[in-house]
Amino acid sequence: MGKVEVINGVETFNGEGFQLAMLDKVIAAARANSVWPLPFATSCCGIEYMATMGTNYDVARFGMERMSFSPRQADLLIVAGTISKKLAPILKQVYEQMAEPKWVLSVGACASSGGIFDTYSVLQGIDRVIPVDVYVPGCPPRPEQIIEGIMNVHRLVKHESLRRRYSDEYKHLLTKYNLNEDE
Amino acid sequence: MSNPITSDLLLQRLQERFGEAILQHESPYDLLTVEVTPSSAHDIIKWLKEDNELALSFLTLLGAVHYPDQTGREMAVVYHLHSLVHNVRLRLKAFLPIEDPSIATITDIYIGANWQERETFDFFGVKFVGHPNLVRILNEDSMDYHPMRKEYQLEDATREDKDDRFFGR
Repeated sequence: MGKVEVINGVETFNGEGFQLAMLDKVIAAARANSVWPLPFATSCCGIEYMATMGTNYDVARFGMERMSFSPRQADLLIVAGTISKKLAPILKQVYEQMAEPKWVLSVGACASSGGIFDTYSVLQGIDRVIPVDVYVPGCPPRPEQIIEGIMNVHRLVKHESLRRRYSDEYKHLLTKYNLNEDE
Repeated sequence: MSNPITSDLLLQRLQERFGEAILQHESPYDLLTVEVTPSSAHDIIKWLKEDNELALSFLTLLGAVHYPDQTGREMAVVYHLHSLVHNVRLRLKAFLPIEDPSIATITDIYIGANWQERETFDFFGVKFVGHPNLVRILNEDSMDYHPMRKEYQLEDATREDKDDRFFGR
């Protein structure tokens, strides 16, 4: 008979010529290990994210080799930097153009809360226009912190229901942000 | 070009040519600063550019300052001119009332003043009469006030996470 093994967090039952596993767990693991990020970098946090992409910190280790500069093929929107009020509608449009499933990582104090820019022209946190999954504090955060944020996004991806977007909570969240799709 | 152009000579020429329109002058940090009447500013800048001897033909910058305490002359429009030939600089100021801060555009003299006048309009609400496209340039179009005027607070009014006690408000 076969034996139970845990591969990449997925419980599998292996036997002669077959392998059994929960499909949603397999899909979740596949998604979590190939999250394609869209870096929306506007300032110094963007520089830190570039360091995170580079050889020293190397996000490619986590299946994030390909930066997607088109929102159509992106899973994770990484907002790194100050977002002015004039830029807010563009950020919202980028988010709307991303296909489900999608997640948002807010990198740094400015993206999370406006940071030191408590002024008339700066959006006081991107969560005023789009829903955010994980916040990374810091001004700017070091690459280790950004990777920790990405790990938290991976944890979400692995443990969320595959049908998250059909849940009442998710629909309610999108309604709150006026982001409902016309069906 | 017999005698070198200095700030003193420049002031002398301005007073000879425009007399009544030159209201005040001073030289803080050796930069000749002349207050002129708003209605004459356009003609003075034009003359300074076209005069062969002075040749103040470079507009360094154009901006505004809001002095809320100076009743009747709250809005100062400031022009910085530079003579690249003689390396002489001049600062021109014209004061406008806040109720109607209108002054003639200088885009017909310096095309480069176009965006600077738009910026000054955006932040201070100065109306440059005759400007080809006087709309906001930096702030969002939906903004309904001119944020660098002193009556508006600098901080974002929608921010909720700051306790006034800790920020001296």
